[in-house]
Amino acid sequence: MRQAKIARNIALGIENLLLHKLRSFLTMLGVVFGVGSVVAMLSVGEGASAEAMDQIRRLGSNNIIISSVKSAEEEQAQASVQRSRISVYGLTYQDFTRVAASFNHVKQAAPVKLTRKDSRLRERSMELRVVGTTPQWFDLVPREIVAGRVLMQADEDERAPVAVLTEFGARKILATEAVIGQTIRITGNEFKVVGVVKSESGQAGNIQIPDQEADVYIPLGVARTYFGDISIRQKSGSMEAEQVQLHQIIVQVEDSRYVEAVAAGIERMLEQFHNKKDYAISVPLALLRQAKATKRTFNIVLGSIAGISLLVGGIGIMNIMLASVTERTREIGIRRAIGAKRRQIIYQFLIETVVLSTTGGLIGLGVGVLIPFLITYFSGMATVITLNGVLLPLLISMAIGILFGLYPAMNAAKVDPIIALRHE
Amino acid sequence: MDGPSAPRNGQEIVRLENAHKIYQMGTEQVNALAGVTVSFERGSFWAIMGPSGSGKSTMMNILGCLDRLTSGSYYLDNQDVSRLDDDALSELRLTYLGFVFQSFNLIPQLTVQRNIELPLYYLGWDAARSARRAKELAEEVGLGDRLHHRPTELSGGQMQRVAIARALTNDPQIIFADEPTGNLDSATGEQIMELLDKLNQLGKTIIMVTHEPDIAAHARNRLHMIDGVIDRIETGTYETGKDRQKHSAGH
Ligand SMILES: Nc1ncnc2c1ncn2[C@@H]1O[C@H](COP(=O)(O)OP(=O)(O)OP(=O)(O)O)[C@@H](O)[C@H]1O
Ligand SMILES: [Mg+2]
Repeated sequence: MRQAKIARNIALGIENLLLHKLRSFLTMLGVVFGVGSVVAMLSVGEGASAEAMDQIRRLGSNNIIISSVKSAEEEQAQASVQRSRISVYGLTYQDFTRVAASFNHVKQAAPVKLTRKDSRLRERSMELRVVGTTPQWFDLVPREIVAGRVLMQADEDERAPVAVLTEFGARKILATEAVIGQTIRITGNEFKVVGVVKSESGQAGNIQIPDQEADVYIPLGVARTYFGDISIRQKSGSMEAEQVQLHQIIVQVEDSRYVEAVAAGIERMLEQFHNKKDYAISVPLALLRQAKATKRTFNIVLGSIAGISLLVGGIGIMNIMLASVTERTREIGIRRAIGAKRRQIIYQFLIETVVLSTTGGLIGLGVGVLIPFLITYFSGMATVITLNGVLLPLLISMAIGILFGLYPAMNAAKVDPIIALRHE
Repeated sequence: MDGPSAPRNGQEIVRLENAHKIYQMGTEQVNALAGVTVSFERGSFWAIMGPSGSGKSTMMNILGCLDRLTSGSYYLDNQDVSRLDDDALSELRLTYLGFVFQSFNLIPQLTVQRNIELPLYYLGWDAARSARRAKELAEEVGLGDRLHHRPTELSGGQMQRVAIARALTNDPQIIFADEPTGNLDSATGEQIMELLDKLNQLGKTIIMVTHEPDIAAHARNRLHMIDGVIDRIETGTYETGKDRQKHSAGH
C-alpha cells in the first residue's frame, strides 16, 4: 500500500518533469557530469592502484630485495680515461651468506646471478636471461609450475646442468615441441630442461621483477662455474667489463612486522662491508604502504573534485527548482485550496528534485561506466569498477536531490493559497 | 469545542460571529470584514453581493477555510474552526469543501482527468478508482469526451464545468463559488448556473459571490455587503428582467 503510494508519487513526479523535457534534461546535466566523472575517475584510479599494488604484492610483502647497482664513482671512473678497466661492484657471495645467517627473523634468502647468454636448441636460437639461483627462489617469488619441476637442492649440490624455463621463453625456443627432457645449449654448455614455470611480466615501481623476460633458471653453483663473475659487453666500439658476483639477494622475513627492522639491519651490515654504495635495498611492504598513501591522497583529491562538481550540479538543480516554484505559484495555490497540506507540497517538489538528480545520477553512471570501458578497450589500461564506486555516486546524487530540493520545496509550501490564486 | 456561544440550530452549517478581518498595509489598516454576524443553513443557496472592495472575497476565503479571522468566531458544522492550524484547515477543505473560481483555476499542464482527480490524490485514492470517479463526474458535467484534453483546449464554459466537477470530487458539504460566471458570456453563465442549481437541489449548500442580479436570482438568499459589513439580507426568489422575458415568451 505504502509502496504503491510512493510509486504513484514518483510516477506523477516523472509525468510533471516530462512536461518540460529539455529543461529537465538540462537541469540534470550537472549531476550527469558530476557522477559520470566521479565513476570514471574512481575506476581509472582504482585500476591503476590495483595494478601497482598487485605487482608490489607479487614481489612478496614479507620480502626484502637487495640489488647490485653501479655506484656513482664507479660510473664516472669508467666514463673517463680508463677504458679497459674492469669495474667491480655489487653484492658478493659472502654478503649472501651473512644476510642469510645473521638475522633472527629471516626465514630464507635466495641469491640471484643474472647474465644474458645466447641459447640454442638445434637451429633455433635466442638470447635468454640466465638466472643463477637456489631452490629458495621459487619459494620467495612463487611461480606456477606449468610442467616438470623447479630447481632442487640436489641440483645445487651436484652442480647438475639442469634448467627451468619460463613459459614464454620455452615457447620461443622450443616452439611446440615437448619441453621436458630437451637439451638446450647456453653458450656451448648443455642443459637439460627439467621444468617450465609461468611467465610474469611487469614492473613494480623501480623494482624489476626477476623473470619478466624470457628467463632460464639454473643452479647458482653451475652459473658460477660455467659463466664466472665477469661479463663483457660491446658498447659503441669499446668494451665494457664488469665483475659482479650477485645481482640480487631476495630475503624473506618471517613476519611482515619485522620487515622494516631487518631491512635496516641489512643496510647497516652492508654499509660495514662495502666501502662504496653499490647496492640498493627495496622493501615491497614500504612500497605497498607508499602506494596506499598515494591512493589515499588520490582519493582525497578525487573526492574534492567530485564534491565540487556534484555541488555545482546540485546548485543547478536548486536554481531551476526555485524558478519552477515561482512559475508554478498558481498551481501550488490551487493544490493548497483543494486541500493539499504543506507537507504534501514539500513531498511533491522534493520527489521531483530527487527524481531529477537520481535520473541524472543513473545517466552519469552509464557515462561513467562507458568511459573506463573505452579507456580499457583502446589503451589497454586497467580500470576497475567497484560496487562502492557505483553505489556511492548514486546515493550521493539522491542525497543531492534531497539536500538541494529541500529549500525550493519549503518555499513552495510557504506559498499563501489566497495570494497564489490571485497570481496571474 | 462547545463554548457559550455554540450553535443552537441543528440546520445551521456556517456561522460567523462578530467576524473581523483586518489587513495591515504599512501604517494603514484595511477593515475588509468589520464585524459580520451571519448564519447559513444546510442546503441553502446564498448569493453574496456588493460593490467592489466591500469584502465579499474576504468573507468567502474565511468561510472556505483558506484564511483566518483577525477576531471573532467561525463555526463550520458546529465546529469552531477559527483556531485550527494550517493542517487541520487543509483537511477540512479536502474533505468538506469545494471551490469554484472566477478564473477557473485549473492546472494547465494537467489533463481534464488529472485536474478532476486532484482532490482524490490528496485523499489517498488509488489510481484506478480515481479515474473511474473522474470519468463519472466529467460525464455529469457533460465533458465525458474531453477527459484527455488539456484545459487550454477547452472553452471558458467547459473549463468552468471541469472546475465544478473537480469541486464535486470529494463530495463536499458546501460549494464556494467566487464569481463563477464572471469570465463567461451570459448564455454560458446560465448553463453553469443550471449546474449549480442542480447541485443545490441535490442538497449541497452553495455560497456564491456575484455582481450580476441575473445570476444572483438563482440563489434563494442574497446577502448585500458594503464596506466590510452586512448591508441587508434578502430571502426568496425574485423576478429578473430575463425571467419576465422568458415568462412572456412562454405565454
Ligand atoms: N491581502 C490583502 N492585503 C491587503 N488588503 C487586502 C487584501 N485582500 C483584500 N484586501 C482589501 O480588503 C478589502 C476587501 O477586499 P475583497 O477582495 O474582499 O473585495 P471584494 O468584495 O471581493 O471585491 P471585488 O468585487 O472587486 O472582488 C479591499 O479594500 C481590499 O483592498
Ligand atoms: Mg472579490
